[in-house]
Amino acid sequence: MPQPPAPGPEGTRPPDEVPGPGAPDDGPGPQPADDGPGPGPAGDLAIETRGLTKAYRGGQLAVDDLDLAVPRGSIFGFLGPNGSGKTTTIRMLMGLIEASAGSARVLGQPMPAAGRRVLPKVGALIEGPALYGFLSGRDNLRRFDAADPYADPRTRTARVGRALERVGLAAAAGKKARAYSLGMKQRLGLAAALLQPRELLVLDEPTNGLDPQGMREIRALIRALAADGTTVFLSSHLLDEIEQVCTHAAVMARGRLITQGTVAALSATVLDSRGHGRLTVTTPDTADTVRVLKEHGLTGLQAADDRVTGELPSADAAMGTSGGGAPPDLADLNAALVHAGVRVRGFGTERASLEDIFVQLTGEGFDVAG
Amino acid sequence: MSQAEALPRTPRPLWSLGLLRSEITMTFRRWRTLALLAVLAGVPVVVGIAVKIETGDGGGPDGGGGQGGPAFLSQITHNGLFLVFTSLAVTLPFFLPMSVGVIAGDSLAGEAHGGTLRYLLVAPAGRTRLLLVKYAATLTFCLVGTLVVALSALLTGALLFPVGEVTLLSGTSVTFAEGLLRALAIAVAVALSLVGVAAVGLFVSALTTSGIAAMATTVGLLITVQILDNLPQLHALQPYLFSHYWLSFADLLRDPVYWDQLQKNVGLQALYALVFGSAAWARFTTRDVTA
Repeated sequence: MPQPPAPGPEGTRPPDEVPGPGAPDDGPGPQPADDGPGPGPAGDLAIETRGLTKAYRGGQLAVDDLDLAVPRGSIFGFLGPNGSGKTTTIRMLMGLIEASAGSARVLGQPMPAAGRRVLPKVGALIEGPALYGFLSGRDNLRRFDAADPYADPRTRTARVGRALERVGLAAAAGKKARAYSLGMKQRLGLAAALLQPRELLVLDEPTNGLDPQGMREIRALIRALAADGTTVFLSSHLLDEIEQVCTHAAVMARGRLITQGTVAALSATVLDSRGHGRLTVTTPDTADTVRVLKEHGLTGLQAADDRVTGELPSADAAMGTSGGGAPPDLADLNAALVHAGVRVRGFGTERASLEDIFVQLTGEGFDVAG
Repeated sequence: MSQAEALPRTPRPLWSLGLLRSEITMTFRRWRTLALLAVLAGVPVVVGIAVKIETGDGGGPDGGGGQGGPAFLSQITHNGLFLVFTSLAVTLPFFLPMSVGVIAGDSLAGEAHGGTLRYLLVAPAGRTRLLLVKYAATLTFCLVGTLVVALSALLTGALLFPVGEVTLLSGTSVTFAEGLLRALAIAVAVALSLVGVAAVGLFVSALTTSGIAAMATTVGLLITVQILDNLPQLHALQPYLFSHYWLSFADLLRDPVYWDQLQKNVGLQALYALVFGSAAWARFTTRDVTA
């Protein structure tokens, strides 16, 4: 990794700005000169990559020519099947591994070159939590905080306490981390990312291992952080999670970026491309239902147990069928079913979920991309 | 927690010491470290008791001594302070460097294995800073380990044997106080002898993500070097083996002190620290952290 060769202990670099003794941790004051170029060309992007590529030994591309643009202030969902290159991308963004080609900017500054200036403003949870089992939860946080040369030791105890409270671990803070459940470890990992006020949070599957209650709490926490202006970069394979909290999303598959944009735009694009929605009828008389719906021009009919689903025809496709012209009114369809003696328990359309979009974009295959 | 608060706080040079303090505290809170120190403390007790029993049988004080390294063993019964010299001579070839190898080998590899390395690096600890902190903590252990042996030996020696004026290897006598001072100097010389092993261990640790493998490799290297140092055919190579001048600390017990070998030892250890420290740095600062 092309870190600039430091001429000595990195920590002895003279500070850019020396506030008076006893100045508060986050006190107002002039920004240090190295705070970056301000709102430059990349000023409104929290993360920007250009042609980012990582080839592992053997030449296999884990990440292939990735152009990612994460707007500041967004909650950005980073989606992809296992092995699609999400974690590799995050590791490159955090300066843990070196890119084979391309460049990455985080908070407007090049990574990994500006890591020492950028990373204190970034909280990260990468590929699950990693803790010292023989230390208590609180001491784990103290340890990670001590590793940050920008962290004021005088406020350490208070900040550690606040972070523990935010993730609901205050009561278990004195327990050895090896006795923690997976969910508790996950919370402690999150707490480590929240030790300082951050401009960017990079969270790799933050709700992994949490119970439903914990997931809700973490989602609420993420929303609260975002409401305060923190950009959240959230990688997950839980699609409803992304759908619930994210404003933007990107989808990766086999190391390549398939699409990115706002969640609403993604849904709209995919909805357009696949027709006008899907009708679902719940009924014990599936055979009759299929017959009636087919007469009304529905396509892709599938019957399973007591459910029949099918694509509503678009306007032009409906021309040649009975009724002609406009696509069938849902009320008429329902009436037609009832007239045909079909007993209808449920009737309605589904809008395309992020899951549908995801599967459509990345393929149905269950096999991990190798 | 608003963005306005998230402006960079100003780092102070002293805050960097927080990581060193955290590292040292953590090292000495681990059960493994405490167990190693307990073993080191136990060696002088065993040696002391063995000598006491041996001489208690009436088999003359000069009977069995003299074979293991410098001729300290026979002196223990006259003066408990010699247990310090004997214990350091007994532990320096293996116990001390082995425990240093365990600590140094695990230093980076253990963090990588546990995954905590990535969180230290994004904190951001800084790779160079982390490497220096790890080396400094290992060197602290070298000193503490040596002092534990010395203190345990001093206590055991004072309990089991008479103490008083010290007869040096050159035959002259010095006061007990000066003897204590020389014991302290010897402990420092022994601790310095471990600087090279620590650097080798750190380098090995930077190569792998398995703490156990790094420990085993370092201890294996230690044994190999000791064997090589005893093969007469490798005479030309031996002055460059890190263990070659280890027993030079005995020269501190002469009057006047023979500095020649002691200086060579310190120079050799510094060379090892430089070469393997640089190699560790080159490796660690460019390595992909994927664990």
